[in-house]
Amino acid sequence: MAPPSSRRSSFSKKQQYSVFTGYLLATLGALAGLGLLALSLWQPSTFQPLRGGATDIAAPVGEASATVRSGGSSTWDTITGYWRAGSQNAQLRDEVEVARIQLAEAKAVEAENRRLKALLGLATQQADAIATTRLVGSSSSSARRFAYIGVGQSDGVQIGMPVHSERGVIGRVLETSRGSSRVLLLTDTESVLPVRRAADQTVAFAEGRGDGLLRIRLINLGLNPLEVGDVFVTSGAGGYYRPGVAVAVLSELTPDGGIAQLIAEPSATNFVVVEPIYEPAAVEAAGVRASEELSDEELAN
Amino acid sequence: MIDRLDPPVQRRAYGSGGINRVTSPWRANSVHYISIMIGSLLPLYALADVMPILPPLGFLIFLGWRVMRPGLMPLWVGVPLGAFDDLFSGQPFGSAILLWSLTMIVLELIETRFPWRGFWQDWFTAGLAIVLYIIAAMVVSGATIQLTVLFAILPQIALSVLIYPLVARLIAWLDRFRLSRSRRIG
Repeated sequence: MAPPSSRRSSFSKKQQYSVFTGYLLATLGALAGLGLLALSLWQPSTFQPLRGGATDIAAPVGEASATVRSGGSSTWDTITGYWRAGSQNAQLRDEVEVARIQLAEAKAVEAENRRLKALLGLATQQADAIATTRLVGSSSSSARRFAYIGVGQSDGVQIGMPVHSERGVIGRVLETSRGSSRVLLLTDTESVLPVRRAADQTVAFAEGRGDGLLRIRLINLGLNPLEVGDVFVTSGAGGYYRPGVAVAVLSELTPDGGIAQLIAEPSATNFVVVEPIYEPAAVEAAGVRASEELSDEELAN
Repeated sequence: MIDRLDPPVQRRAYGSGGINRVTSPWRANSVHYISIMIGSLLPLYALADVMPILPPLGFLIFLGWRVMRPGLMPLWVGVPLGAFDDLFSGQPFGSAILLWSLTMIVLELIETRFPWRGFWQDWFTAGLAIVLYIIAAMVVSGATIQLTVLFAILPQIALSVLIYPLVARLIAWLDRFRLSRSRRIG
């Protein structure tokens, strides 16, 4: 279909001017968008209040969709469960046996840990959760990997707090507003998390690749000691995450580490927990630039 | 064939309704904007932890209205609608303002160049716009550009291009709804 003839510019001066004005306004709009884009890439928190307010309004609907999502997935699990009930039952019995034994061992280790810590005079800080909530949404059409949770400043959530599910780390709070917060998921390309191998003290960084996998980069280069199937947990370095929370399982080896799959998949979780920053002093110290010298009182602390 | 100036009631477009029914101005001027804004809002509620899976619905509907009803929206409309999209898309604020405004300008230029069009040409134009939009949105999103991210957006691009005809049908339906004779006069 040809466009309506009224939009072709004719000899009418008025019409020519209105066409010209349209182009002018659209170009100015594009330039304004370019400026805003540069500003928000340079200072990402500039438009945070605006976006936070909008998410506050949109988040309650997400609670409903989150409920439907978890309900839907559990229905599917029930159906597939019926399908392989017999063989799975036998398999699970075996696993429970082994798990009971390991649990007893873990209790012994825990007791010894407590004794040793008491000996050293270390205070055991078991942090209480700030809030329990659902993931209400995500940036599902963007190349960035953000999720939104339905709690915000009014619930005590602050920027930097880690978000866990019952299986492991989900991400950490990037922006917060009154009643909702934005979470940077581990799979985002800008996410870097200090981890260590669960079995020993091999330390590494887990970086998001943007395609759902994590890239494990060893800090000590040399002979790659990793093996497929190694489990990585948070090391506690950096001060944000408490150490010992499950992060990923190695699925592929590379020269400088490996490729790992997430243990806690955000889309499969029902509830998530926002925890306080593990070591706020360490986070603050990391923010001090080398050129700024600490004052005497700060050093005394 | 030359159309009759005032066709019989039964043959008038957008439903007969009766001789005392006209198009509601509120509906005729709002349905397209509301549908685009709902399209911007919907991807927020899907949980994608692995890679971008949903097509940018707001942009698809915006593009569909622009291609199917040229001249319905003013040329500068990418600014307010893009700003609304930026609030919920997870992109840095300003990216949709820029890209949607550019889309309006470029489509206008294409249209003056090739005024006669059909379904396949519309799909081709829209598909090209969608591919360029998703790649440009990835570039400005602030993510580190690496090969894995490029591979991750391929399924999204394919889905978005393939789903466009469906979006076009939806918009055709919305357009009938928009112009239906619902307001009673007299």
